[in-house]
Amino acid sequence: MVHGEAWTIKDLFVLPNEYVYWSIQIVMYPYMTGLVAGAFVLSSLYHVFGVEKLKNIARFALVFSFALLPVAMMPLLLHLQQPFRGIHVLMTPHFTSAISAFGIVFMTYACIVAAEIWFVYRRFIVETLLRLEQKSSRSAGESILLLIYKLLSLGVRDIGAEALEADHKAVKLLAGVGIPVACFLHGYAGFIFGSVKANALWMTPLMPVIFICSAVVSGIALCIVSYYVFMEIRKWAARRGKNYLLPDAIAHGSAAVDYHHLRSVQDHEVKMTSKYLLIFMTLALTLEMLDMIFRGYTAVKSWDALRMVIYEHDFVKIFILQYGIGNLLPFIMLLIPGITVRRAAAASLLVLFGVLMMRWNVVIGGQAFSLTFAGYMHYHLPIIPHDMETFKEGLAGALTVIATPFVIFYFLNMILPAFMEENSPSH
Amino acid sequence: MKRRDFLKSTAVFVSGAALSLSALDILEPGEVLAANPELRWGFLVDTYKCVGCGFCVKACKLENEIPLEANVTRTWVERYIMTKDGQVLMDTPKGALNGFTTKLIDQNADGMKKVADEEIAQAFFVPKLCNHCTVPACVQVCPVGATYQTADGAVLVDRTWCIGCGYCIMGCPYGVRFFHPVEHVADKCTFCYHRISNGGNTACAQACPFGARRIGNLRDPRDPVARAVLHQRVGILRDEYGTKPNVYYIGLNEEVR
Ligand code: SF4
Ligand code: SF4
Repeated sequence: MVHGEAWTIKDLFVLPNEYVYWSIQIVMYPYMTGLVAGAFVLSSLYHVFGVEKLKNIARFALVFSFALLPVAMMPLLLHLQQPFRGIHVLMTPHFTSAISAFGIVFMTYACIVAAEIWFVYRRFIVETLLRLEQKSSRSAGESILLLIYKLLSLGVRDIGAEALEADHKAVKLLAGVGIPVACFLHGYAGFIFGSVKANALWMTPLMPVIFICSAVVSGIALCIVSYYVFMEIRKWAARRGKNYLLPDAIAHGSAAVDYHHLRSVQDHEVKMTSKYLLIFMTLALTLEMLDMIFRGYTAVKSWDALRMVIYEHDFVKIFILQYGIGNLLPFIMLLIPGITVRRAAAASLLVLFGVLMMRWNVVIGGQAFSLTFAGYMHYHLPIIPHDMETFKEGLAGALTVIATPFVIFYFLNMILPAFMEENSPSH
Repeated sequence: MKRRDFLKSTAVFVSGAALSLSALDILEPGEVLAANPELRWGFLVDTYKCVGCGFCVKACKLENEIPLEANVTRTWVERYIMTKDGQVLMDTPKGALNGFTTKLIDQNADGMKKVADEEIAQAFFVPKLCNHCTVPACVQVCPVGATYQTADGAVLVDRTWCIGCGYCIMGCPYGVRFFHPVEHVADKCTFCYHRISNGGNTACAQACPFGARRIGNLRDPRDPVARAVLHQRVGILRDEYGTKPNVYYIGLNEEVR
């Protein structure tokens, strides 16, 4: 069996070597990258533009974006036919290739996020470090934590007012620099597709911009959903005193987390954030529509095949799942006045689904027609894996990718509590 | 054999082998040719001569070790059938590995189509292969430089360096690339570079009983391929992508894309 044969069905005239080569993992790749970028942009809204109302979710978004970061790389590696050679991209960067810059952009971005987190948490790190050091008897867990914090502190222990002020400045600067880099990281994921001239559906300069907008949308939506879920868990844990789920309770004692307070914070943050979600959704939708209308209006030779794919083969996926359930429905849900936390979270969940469908329709839809425009290819996602390939490029592989950031976040949150509230005015 | 003798003869053998290897290295004809700007490989396909026997496809697969039954191929032959009412039907069953043995036209999931003889206005065969483009889209997009162009114009893949991302497969407007089912790296026609750079012919051209395929030097005005390109009406595929292909077709129909 050759690569692609397991999930491609050909119809009419298709060239012998044509298969859906870029399958689910390449759908996951821009999706996960978009989530990283979007979550970061959300956190920057507070740090750079000082949107005070987003204070709590901003900190969460920053840590979550860091947890998502390694996962942006994962689908690419899972997709490679020679995954162990992935490092070649860094060893022999070939700069005419859009993919080859990925390593560099990605690393730059990772450094910025890591540095920003360090500055945001420096005070906490030092304080915890000192607290743990003063303890006369430490449990094994505490000893490990102490070691981690010692490493994390990088030997800096100054938390005087001046030093903290410098921290704040650094955070602001990094968040500011981070926005264009995050947009670039994702816009350029769009460029990888947009620059494939052999593909009639991808070949548009709008692709990077469309990708950036939907990235921000998906990142914000993910933050809302996961913030909502995590806060629910915290509320639940706070009520029952399950402190192992509450790192800040471990640090500051259970009095630090109060159920009613948690509830009001959750309420406020989710509702505020959903407003920003609406703004970015409008932008993303306008651009996508513009692209489609433009293609129909100019109707170059490839339009015949594209129209078939858009209005017939993929009609349900594009107009019902992506635009209907993934865009219109949550849009209305968010617009109806008197929004509740639950409604906002549900709408965000739909938005997340809509963006995933958008990625799917771009990546898979772009390969749905033959280069000759005379035939079509249908993609069937491998559900039950029967070898490594159908595992990696099937449902199981996609779910692995989706689950990973949450696992990372769980451990990250133990060390750098994402829900920690601070009483200092800025930060 | 005594130990000393053994060591001695080994030393002699190794140095001798090294010497002869390095001598070969210097005189490698491929390199001499590649360094020569007077050489630019080009390929000529005469669609009037092709009968769709598929000998070239089989020869290519055997020569380049692409599993015969695998549904990918470095070269293939397409059949075009135009009906009197203006319909165009094409097929290439298994890349025409075994030629066209039936009048039924393979439409994949849509089944086998039958066109009555008297309905047919025109029918012909078109062999396809990598165009070894002057501006190769595949080389441009390869993130690690595993796909590269030699000085004499051939576009090759370094099997030890390809990471298997498939970007080149997506980037090629001609669909000639695929993943090798055994090597798991990008693969495509090399113009039988191992043969032509040693003065040989390509396997497909050699196998064609009708002379429909021919490799040649486009820079040599006496070369039959160059002469045909210069003096006859030849066409190239998908000019609009700006890749400047080097496979030229005699009798190329507008319907062929
Ligand atoms: S035909 Fe395709 S694979 Fe061959 S050189 Fe041109 S772009 Fe590359
Ligand atoms: S599949 Fe191999 S040859 Fe093709 S672009 Fe990727 S690394 Fe380069």
